[in-house]
Amino acid sequence: MVMHFEYDIEGGDFSKAGNVSSLLKKTLKQLVGNHKIVKRIVVSMYEAEVNVVAHAYSGKVIIDIDTDKISIQVKDKGPGIEDIEQAMQDGYSTASEKVREMGFGAGMGLSNIKNNSDEFELTSKLGEGTELKIVAYLKNL
Amino acid sequence: MENKAFHHALKIQKEQCIGCSHCMNICPTEAIRVRNGKAELFENRCIDCGECFRVCPVNAIIIEQDDFNKIFQYKHRIALLPAVFSGQFPEEVKTSQIYDVLIDLGFTNVYEVEHGVDLLKESMQKFAENNKESKPLISSFCPAVIRLIQVKFPAMVENIISLHPPLDIAALYYKKKIMDKGVDESDIGIFYVTPCAAKIAAIKSPVGNENSPINGVINMDFIFNKVYTNIRRGNFQAGQNVEKEQLSPEGVLWSLTNGEIDNMEGRCLAIDGVHNVIDFLEKIENEEIKDVDFLELRACDESCAGGVLTTKNRFLTVERLKKRASQYKKNKKGNPQKQILNYYPFLKENICIGKVHPRSMMKLDENMAEAMKKMRRVKEIMKCLPGVDCGACGAPNCQALAEDIVQERAVINHCIFIQKIFEKKGILEWEQSYEIMKEIWGDDKLNRKC
Ligand SMILES: Nc1ncnc2c1ncn2[C@@H]1O[C@H](COP(=O)(O)OP(=O)(O)OP(=O)(O)O)[C@@H](O)[C@H]1O
Ligand code: SF4
Ligand SMILES: [Mg+2]
Repeated sequence: MVMHFEYDIEGGDFSKAGNVSSLLKKTLKQLVGNHKIVKRIVVSMYEAEVNVVAHAYSGKVIIDIDTDKISIQVKDKGPGIEDIEQAMQDGYSTASEKVREMGFGAGMGLSNIKNNSDEFELTSKLGEGTELKIVAYLKNL
Repeated sequence: MENKAFHHALKIQKEQCIGCSHCMNICPTEAIRVRNGKAELFENRCIDCGECFRVCPVNAIIIEQDDFNKIFQYKHRIALLPAVFSGQFPEEVKTSQIYDVLIDLGFTNVYEVEHGVDLLKESMQKFAENNKESKPLISSFCPAVIRLIQVKFPAMVENIISLHPPLDIAALYYKKKIMDKGVDESDIGIFYVTPCAAKIAAIKSPVGNENSPINGVINMDFIFNKVYTNIRRGNFQAGQNVEKEQLSPEGVLWSLTNGEIDNMEGRCLAIDGVHNVIDFLEKIENEEIKDVDFLELRACDESCAGGVLTTKNRFLTVERLKKRASQYKKNKKGNPQKQILNYYPFLKENICIGKVHPRSMMKLDENMAEAMKKMRRVKEIMKCLPGVDCGACGAPNCQALAEDIVQERAVINHCIFIQKIFEKKGILEWEQSYEIMKEIWGDDKLNRKC
């Protein structure tokens, strides 16, 4: 019964950052009645997507939609995160000046994702890549 | 709450409609289809923006107004004019002449809408201070935008500032003022001269579910023609003694683009044009755009100067109103008149609107498992459809047809490409596909001599 979606993300392509979350939003608005949950998921998706564009080389998004929960995995090939605890802190960012000029790089993305999801798991291998898994339950709220 | 019937001011007149599909293609919420050679409306999707009215080549779409003679049901007959009305006339026409004609036509009082702006400005600033967590706050001014948010961006209804727009404040003020002279409420008729369909819809079914203080609506193009004809023909009694209150410069400009944001603190943006508003709200909803404090969103290009019922070129209207505002500024007529100040306590008590409820139209089914099944089918159907978005099926694009099919409002052989494929396979006779096209586009278009 699960609906499965996969999308690719290209590192460095800021002009397309947001496309996956827009597609996901369109899908969820057709399926889920609770618009507050839809918004939370879409906001998480957007932040995760931008993190790949901003910090990694390429990435893959895997979305599974079920009647009781939505799971999103974002796997990327990239530099990885050295200290996850530090990266999770509000305001911590390694974004370059160039990225900050585009309005990104406030260092709030990861904590924003965490706050907007029910399950959150971030793992990373330095020099290889990062993997984010989030789940949002639809019965909540 | 979500699915209550909403009043629509836009009506398609079947006799006039030629089924050309212009309206179907422009509609920002995909609310129109063509069936039997006529445009059909999905009422729960329509936001009364009036884009269809603009593009209809045969004036088959009308905006329902009250019968003008309804004003004579009241002893006190008030014409409530938005500032853009004065902007419809050429420079030579004086405001006093417009007022004289309106009195001649049967009104007992003529007032302008934007007198409440000075109070509203204050209240909006206060509201913004007290509601910092629901950023960006969205103005409640344009009823088409409010409806757009309700149906397409339901998560954002909470960002709408829950204060009445200037129109309601003005109506409350004048009604109360006349009642205070000992007049019975039932003897007072307030008639709004509207630049658009959305305002009518909002008056007939207010979003917050309260009763509107406005008793009737008159379309701006209709009353403009009446007034201007009489002025041109010298057909009126000059020098009628009409009581006048002067608008503030902010009041004059309020309904134009940037009219509100110039009065708000922080990072404020003004977006006009319904398609621009949709694009922007998509980004705001994803939180792609952050740290915006206030949004002024208007469905019409150049805001109310571009309302569908205005008659003058919108840029000239803006020019004229800007001139008017700067004259007032020079004459230091900036402060609200004493008269309305006395009513501030009363108006403040009544300035809040009830909660705006979402009424999302996007769901494929109330039941999520069903919705998922339908979405799968839509995906399957999309694999067959050509992706040309030609509209020959009577739906605005292939995706819309696919969704109509799963909602049992259409069938796959409505697609002209599918018909060809089926004919080749021998599943469909050409006579049958001819009949299908007739069902969609009507006898007329398929019975022409060529
Ligand atoms: N996919 C990733 N690959 C490598 N490093 C990452 C990745 N995601 C996050 N990081 C690191 O974690 C830091 C914090 O991420 P976070 O999303 O919280 O903030 P940010 O992306 O810097 O700024 P913003 O507030 O715009 O999201 C980043 O600066 C970056 O160093
Ligand atoms: S911008 Fe003004 S004229 Fe246009 S729909 Fe909104 S309120 Fe009506
Ligand atoms: Mg980030």
